[in-house]
Amino acid sequence: MSVRHALLALLSEGPKYGLRLREEFEAGTGEVWPLNIGQVYTTLQRLERDGLIESDDDDERDSPQKRFRITADGEDELAAWLRTPPDMSSPPRDELVIKVLVALLVPGTDVHEVIQAHRRYLVELMQQWTRIKDADAGRDLALGLAVDAELFRLDAVVRWLDAADGRIKRAAVEPQKTIREDLPRLRVRAGTAR
Amino acid sequence: MSMLELRRVSKLYGHGAAEVHALREVSLAVDPGTMVAVMGPSGSGKSTLLTIAGSLEEPTSGQVLVAGQDLATMSRNDKARLRRQAVGYVFQDFNLLPGLTAAENVALPLELDGVGARRARDAGLRALDALGLSDRASNYPDQLSGGERQRVAIARAVVGDRHLLLADEPSGALDSDNSEAVMRMIHAACTQGVAAVVVTHDAQLASWADRVVFIRDGRIVDQTAPALGPESLLGQDR
Repeated sequence: MSVRHALLALLSEGPKYGLRLREEFEAGTGEVWPLNIGQVYTTLQRLERDGLIESDDDDERDSPQKRFRITADGEDELAAWLRTPPDMSSPPRDELVIKVLVALLVPGTDVHEVIQAHRRYLVELMQQWTRIKDADAGRDLALGLAVDAELFRLDAVVRWLDAADGRIKRAAVEPQKTIREDLPRLRVRAGTAR
Repeated sequence: MSMLELRRVSKLYGHGAAEVHALREVSLAVDPGTMVAVMGPSGSGKSTLLTIAGSLEEPTSGQVLVAGQDLATMSRNDKARLRRQAVGYVFQDFNLLPGLTAAENVALPLELDGVGARRARDAGLRALDALGLSDRASNYPDQLSGGERQRVAIARAVVGDRHLLLADEPSGALDSDNSEAVMRMIHAACTQGVAAVVVTHDAQLASWADRVVFIRDGRIVDQTAPALGPESLLGQDR
């Protein structure tokens, strides 16, 4: 999330002083998405220059004492940003996928044991997030949403490991569909990954 | 003393070429107040582990102790009494009796155990109340949503003085909101001193447990490390 859109969102609730924006910015993004607080005032200046927010007066007082409000253009910008999907189209280079693929190539390596080591680590992480959710008992909505996002993300990785485990096991007993056919391509991907 | 202890438990089905090792020398101890999740793919033996732990099936070899009592040394009647009094079961498909109301379903194990009808009903209502279901007490299962049915099933599993809760994929086909509610309930029962074993293939469910053991081809192959505090996640710069 950009500082720019975080500030527009805070101003969409109503006009606010620079100092209050800074405080709300810190409280709102808090521990889950720590952002650079130093950027708050320079971003306010840029938003004003771009006509997305305006302040009460034109004097040169410091930003902490200025009161800002969002403009119609600012509201449009915020609404457009909310509805613009982030780029999730190109698969990220996934270190875990590479490790499992490489484990297939290394002689004497039990791929299932490699997979289990990663599965255990992921489930331990999920236990920690669930404890945070449990301790909060649904009081902090933003925290609950952020923790759920982490849990679903980690869960997806565990499910991929489960599927990989099964697929590799089946491949071992169905030699006509060997994994060797896929190896050249895998080798290329693993090799160009770094 | 562990509420449940499995000592080198094995289970064999069939003979000769058709022989299947469902469990191989599985050892597991669950203390009062803790939830253990057993995670594994289908066919890994996790449901067999649960039915043996609940004395619904006999192990081929090894010992099962519930509250320190060796099941092998108990008579059929004693085991039946133990199942009624000390062990609660939660299944994927709820297993509520359709002709009984929610309150009657919850009170049933107590009545089967010889508790008077009124006392059983009161205890059932208290259990429903504790799980936020008092306004559903006189509804029949087909008048309840899936999430409510499973919560009634949990109330039935913890009613009376049960110390051991055994759950097989307890959130079954429930959506994530209801799954979380179900896991919060089992977790809450554990904070009251109940020992729980939850078998699942779902990592989100398993993550509610104090300890997760991983089962594969009938063997426990791994388990999670003891819990770390939340500061290990929230303190870090991400």
